[in-house]
Amino acid sequence: MANAACYHCGDQCGKYHVRFDERDFCCNGCKTVYEIFTSNGLSTFYDIEARAGTTPNEVRKKYDFLDNQEIVDKLVEFNEEGMQVVNLSIPTIHCSSCIWVLENLGRLHSGITSSQVDFPKKTVRVGYKTEEISLKALVLLLGSIGYEPYISLEAYNKEKGKVDRSLIYKLGVAGFAFGNVMLLSFPEYFEVEEFWLDQYKPVFRWLMFAFSVPVVLYAGRDYFLSAYKGLRSRLLNIDVPIALGILTLFLRSTTDIIFDLGSGFFDSLTGLVFFLLLGKFFQQKTYAYLSFERDYKSYFPIAVTKLNEKGEEESIQIYKVEVGDRILIRNQEIIPVDCRLLKGNAEIDYSFVTGESQAVFKEPGEKLFAGGKQLSGVLEVEVLKSVSQSYLTQLWGNSVFTKDKAGNFQTLTDSIGKRFTFAVLTIAVIATVFWLFNEPSMALNVFTAVLIIACPCAIALAAPFTLGNMLRIFGKHKFYLKNTNAIERLSKINMAIFDKTGTLTTTQKETILYEGMELSEEETALLKTTLRASNHPLSRSLYDILKSNAIMTLDEFQEHTGKGIEGRVKDHSMKVGSAAYVGKHKSMLPSNTAVYISSDENVKGRFVFKNAYREGVDKIFEAMGRQMEVGVLSGDNDGERKQLQQMLSKDANILFNQKPEDKLNHIKRMQESHNVLMVGDGLNDAGALAQSDVGIAVSENINVFSPACDAILDASKLTLLPKFIKLSRKSMQIIKLSFLLSLCYNVVGLYFAVTGQLLPVVAAILMPLSSISIVVFATLCTNLIGKELK
Amino acid sequence: MSVIYVLLAISISVALAFFAAFLFSVKSGQYDDTYTPSVRMLFEDEVVNDQKPKNKKSKHNQTKSTNQ
Repeated sequence: MANAACYHCGDQCGKYHVRFDERDFCCNGCKTVYEIFTSNGLSTFYDIEARAGTTPNEVRKKYDFLDNQEIVDKLVEFNEEGMQVVNLSIPTIHCSSCIWVLENLGRLHSGITSSQVDFPKKTVRVGYKTEEISLKALVLLLGSIGYEPYISLEAYNKEKGKVDRSLIYKLGVAGFAFGNVMLLSFPEYFEVEEFWLDQYKPVFRWLMFAFSVPVVLYAGRDYFLSAYKGLRSRLLNIDVPIALGILTLFLRSTTDIIFDLGSGFFDSLTGLVFFLLLGKFFQQKTYAYLSFERDYKSYFPIAVTKLNEKGEEESIQIYKVEVGDRILIRNQEIIPVDCRLLKGNAEIDYSFVTGESQAVFKEPGEKLFAGGKQLSGVLEVEVLKSVSQSYLTQLWGNSVFTKDKAGNFQTLTDSIGKRFTFAVLTIAVIATVFWLFNEPSMALNVFTAVLIIACPCAIALAAPFTLGNMLRIFGKHKFYLKNTNAIERLSKINMAIFDKTGTLTTTQKETILYEGMELSEEETALLKTTLRASNHPLSRSLYDILKSNAIMTLDEFQEHTGKGIEGRVKDHSMKVGSAAYVGKHKSMLPSNTAVYISSDENVKGRFVFKNAYREGVDKIFEAMGRQMEVGVLSGDNDGERKQLQQMLSKDANILFNQKPEDKLNHIKRMQESHNVLMVGDGLNDAGALAQSDVGIAVSENINVFSPACDAILDASKLTLLPKFIKLSRKSMQIIKLSFLLSLCYNVVGLYFAVTGQLLPVVAAILMPLSSISIVVFATLCTNLIGKELK
Repeated sequence: MSVIYVLLAISISVALAFFAAFLFSVKSGQYDDTYTPSVRMLFEDEVVNDQKPKNKKSKHNQTKSTNQ
């Protein structure tokens, strides 16, 4: 029965197996959620999707800050007459059962009047009566059923801004106008010489004009703005010929209908804008629930517990923490400011900041840095610096975090657009000059016709559709890119730099090696017994691997926090702990995390903890090494240099003991001669990720933290990275092929234009045809090469 | 006046009405989340008649346990 799957969450039940109501549960948490659901008539949860639940975390005192009215006021969206509405982000939302149960929260508490889930964003908007339930109670309720909301400083600072829906509006306007104009221009396509049709021509034409005005002025506005910006910074981007095309189409058509020269090109105009916007819309695939802009704010708590003069606990907003304040840091809490330890056993995990996975122990009086996570017990500290002045937060003052990577990158479309604009203008001028000498009345007609037909609609569509579709394909394989621009930058990469801890290694499993004199059976038994009494994580993992079943009763046990433990049975003693504690001088060799053992005061040896490398890391290096230079930057000590060097090529650059700034500066130096890809995971890589040409954050769980980056890659798909890079390169080839294809259409169109025979109906057929065929071509090709990933 | 003006006026006003409906739907946020409603509409009103199936279930469980 031990291997039964939990009825609530689907995990293996294992050793804490609980049986309740004829069902198996992996832990008491899951059982409790089941009880809550069934006793409130929410058992349908299990019918919609089986084993869809999430194990609730132990909800600690960490939400005490929600008692602070000021903080609550900032978090809620609506607050009036005893009603509050709050929009909470819940990373564990993952299936339709989640939607169902969260939208029926009212069953669990009568104070909750409404709740609505936004699945793509993983948020739930809850309305509740403040008389019956407070925000804190609501959060605790959600936590108790396994949907703990994620409330960070980021949410606190976020302006309750409006959603930008302008692109949908523009698309709507253009599509609306396009449809109507097509309908109105239909009679003229056939040029039926009928008296009554002739009579109403002006009405139809001016109606088309009326429909086109909002398209040019509103829907197409971005193209004019972008072209203007490009010209001002002396850049001929692709929007210049587009804007020129739209403007020419509009002016020429207007003059045509004023002087009754023809029906104008309003149908092509509206169609062009509509297709262009459609491309933009397609490209705009964002992963709403992922944040690519995170900084320390999303890691930090909103509030901390301050001890006031009377020694009472008080929850205060984090920005109000002042130098000299005394604050409490609880177990598993992040230290928000640089401070001095006053009381408590500090065991700080600085892996967010340095990447070093080994926790450090601090004595009262020592300085603690912001960003560390307390692992055992409560600390009392004195604040030395305010939040924005702290060591970690200062990193974000670096200018790389405000730099816009996409803005400084010239895309393939833009670089082709430049040449294209130049060529079109040349042809237009030559053709005009030619006609000026032969038949001056045709000159203006030809000039405008060239600009109209050469409007690079198809070229402008090739990149959005190819890259947009690629983005989706990558997304299906758990590689989430921030935007399409990132794919283009990825294709240009010729150097890859990896972080070690958390990126190449996994935090999920460790390998433990023993070095030293062999332990006798009795010693092993004593060691295991001693370890059993300790709660330290290292003791726990050591305990699990030791093969001894002879558990004895300890006569004496002592735990020296930050140093080690000591156990005694009869006249034998066993010391486990740091090198200094067991009486061994710390070897000068830099090494991994190690636990030393001494039996009866004789140092026996040590257990070395090594992070296990992810599977296939060597294959990644091998595949990438063929295409580019590969290097490793690690915040850890160089205990694993040999092992890494074996996996990498001999001349590969491997650097250890790198602080966050060092990483950033190293990338900067490499960028002088390379396009650098940085693959990292923690806050300590944030600077390097921001500085690199493409920064990829590897994450075990994409819903949890990842620093600001261009892409988030699920750790299980790391081995696909070389393929992703290859595909990004292939995508660029597809775009180039599409350009070639659209050029063919342009040549045909230009023939009509230059010879002065461009009729509105030809333009109306040619332009949508070229656009659609490019779209089809790009989509089919990307789907085809996307199959490589399977 | 020809009937064509009337027809044009009707067709355009119908089109405008739909356009206004579109604008309204965007404005009210219907395009913000295009996934959840598709799931939501498939839920039955389980909550309303939950009392009966719940009883049934517990009875079912009881009989099961007595059998064992």
